[in-house]
Amino acid sequence: MSLLVTKDLVKWFGDTHAVDHVNFTVKENEVLALIGSNGAGKTTLVNLISGLFRPDGGQILFRDADVTHQSVHGRIKAGIARSFQLVNLFDQLTALDNVALTIFSREGKIANLAALAASDSAVWDEAHDVLRRFGLDAKARTLAGGVSQGERKLLDVAVAFALRPKLLFLDEPTSGVSTREKAPIMDTVTSIVRSTGISATIIEHDMDVVFSYSDRIVAMHQGTILADGTPDEIRRNETVTTTLIGTRETR
Amino acid sequence: MSVPAPAPRPAAPNSRPLRIAVPIAVLLALVPLVLPPYSAILLAYGLVMAIGALGFNLLLGYTGLLSFGHSAYFGVGAYAVALMVKYLKITSMELFLVGAVVASVLITALFGVVCVRYTRIFFGILTLALSQVLWSLAFKFFWVTGGTDGLRVPTPSLFGGLVTGAGDKIAFMSHAYYYYVLIMFCACVALMWVIVNSPFGMALQAIRDNETRAEFVGVRIWRYRWVAFLVSGVFTGLAGALWVPLNGLTTPDIMHWTFSGEIVFMTVLGGFRSFAGPIIGAVVFNYLKTYAVGYTVYWQLLLGAVLVALVLSLPTGIVGTASRLVARFQGRS
Ligand SMILES: Nc1ncnc2c1ncn2[C@@H]1O[C@H](COP(=O)(O)OP(=O)(O)O)[C@@H](O)[C@H]1O
Ligand SMILES: [Mg+2]
Repeated sequence: MSLLVTKDLVKWFGDTHAVDHVNFTVKENEVLALIGSNGAGKTTLVNLISGLFRPDGGQILFRDADVTHQSVHGRIKAGIARSFQLVNLFDQLTALDNVALTIFSREGKIANLAALAASDSAVWDEAHDVLRRFGLDAKARTLAGGVSQGERKLLDVAVAFALRPKLLFLDEPTSGVSTREKAPIMDTVTSIVRSTGISATIIEHDMDVVFSYSDRIVAMHQGTILADGTPDEIRRNETVTTTLIGTRETR
Repeated sequence: MSVPAPAPRPAAPNSRPLRIAVPIAVLLALVPLVLPPYSAILLAYGLVMAIGALGFNLLLGYTGLLSFGHSAYFGVGAYAVALMVKYLKITSMELFLVGAVVASVLITALFGVVCVRYTRIFFGILTLALSQVLWSLAFKFFWVTGGTDGLRVPTPSLFGGLVTGAGDKIAFMSHAYYYYVLIMFCACVALMWVIVNSPFGMALQAIRDNETRAEFVGVRIWRYRWVAFLVSGVFTGLAGALWVPLNGLTTPDIMHWTFSGEIVFMTVLGGFRSFAGPIIGAVVFNYLKTYAVGYTVYWQLLLGAVLVALVLSLPTGIVGTASRLVARFQGRS
């Protein structure tokens, strides 16, 4: 069953057809990799689905409901969460506070200005639990601005995960970290996604990272979908290998 | 995943803030008993300004919005009291406070709707412009506001008429009214402490740090900025209401943007990164200004020079520098 469907989704920036009539689907319980070279339109597609940008045309259906003109807040409530390609965190809050704030928000408790946040132990227990699953418990009390790049990438995912989404978009969760750190990050993230039974769409332009972790791969090029299939099918797909070969060499 | 370790407890509501606050409150309560009346009155001015700066810093320190228009809300509080005296012949301080809160809620709710869509310099300029509108109204509508002559406010009655200002005004201000201000100050500090440590307070800091991400964890940015704006303005309006009986007179000067500048300055001086910063900054600024005015007619020049020197030598404010020194001292012992 399809969790998310886009129909003829369009986004132009001037003359750039960043997303050009894209029909994209995500199924339930799947780890989908969205690949493509820089500028292919991957981030723009996620920006449209998560509500950061308004589309110039087309439709977005999430669990059969039209969310095309839904607010960001509404989409989060519906179950769409995302992380960011360039880490977006609350740098002057601790790692623990980053997650706890997200839980307060999810629980609709932010409107409360008459009680101390520290006394809500259910929220803090859950926040600790989320950090532990991402292997970040040792950094709970460190400011988010002060942890390593790899930990920041993980924390960015952890914050999105704490929203308890049904569909999680991860925009290049391993960009900007050393090659050595990439596999552990992907291991952690995909095992959490699979054990929770949610769907994830992971944007990645490093093809090697992608194959071993995904159930399905969608390849984008110049705003359109070039191919869609299992890792084996994509590996054998000549259009993909010739089009994306540049990416492999310049990475 | 390994065996889950027992969750380390979160920062449970600890008693440290109370261990600091209670002795300070006791010391403040002793002031009228041991110091001359003039000192108590001077400190009352400082505490009143501290309430205003505390409100201001909910926007600057916690929400990341620099308002250059807080003189407007201070003025709204003060003029609300003065107009209640002029038109309704009210003398009860409690009614004054209610009137000031209602007036500042109305004004900040309106101004907030305009301002909270903007950040940084745009927010600052808008707040400045709106406050200058109010200033010019106070200035021009002299048949209502008294223009530059201002409006007089007689000594109010306190605690539902239990304490009246009949008799020696100095004695009243340095004792009964001082304690009234002190009670309000303690209540405001406690209230603000809860607000900044509530889930709402955390959300404001999240908005300050990263507006986009805050939106993507489901925080409604404009709504919560607006609430912060409202709370901030009301605290400052309350300060204006408490200030006007002390001063006995309100003039358009307190609505002028230069007074907003003073509020910014005392907060930065004390340290806008800490809860106590604006409180310390307001009290210290009040002393500095008073002595500078008494010392020379060029007081603004002198005050400016002293403040520049202080800010350059204490870039994190008085409180920031003090806590660094304390940390270093504790690290050594
Ligand atoms: N906010 C924007 N304004 C203008 N052009 C943009 C914007 N975002 C993306 N683009 C353009 O859209 C195209 C697709 O970009 P993007 O979606 O970021 O690609 P990818 O994530 O696949 O690397 C690029 O040509 C990029 O320059
Ligand atoms: Mg991208």
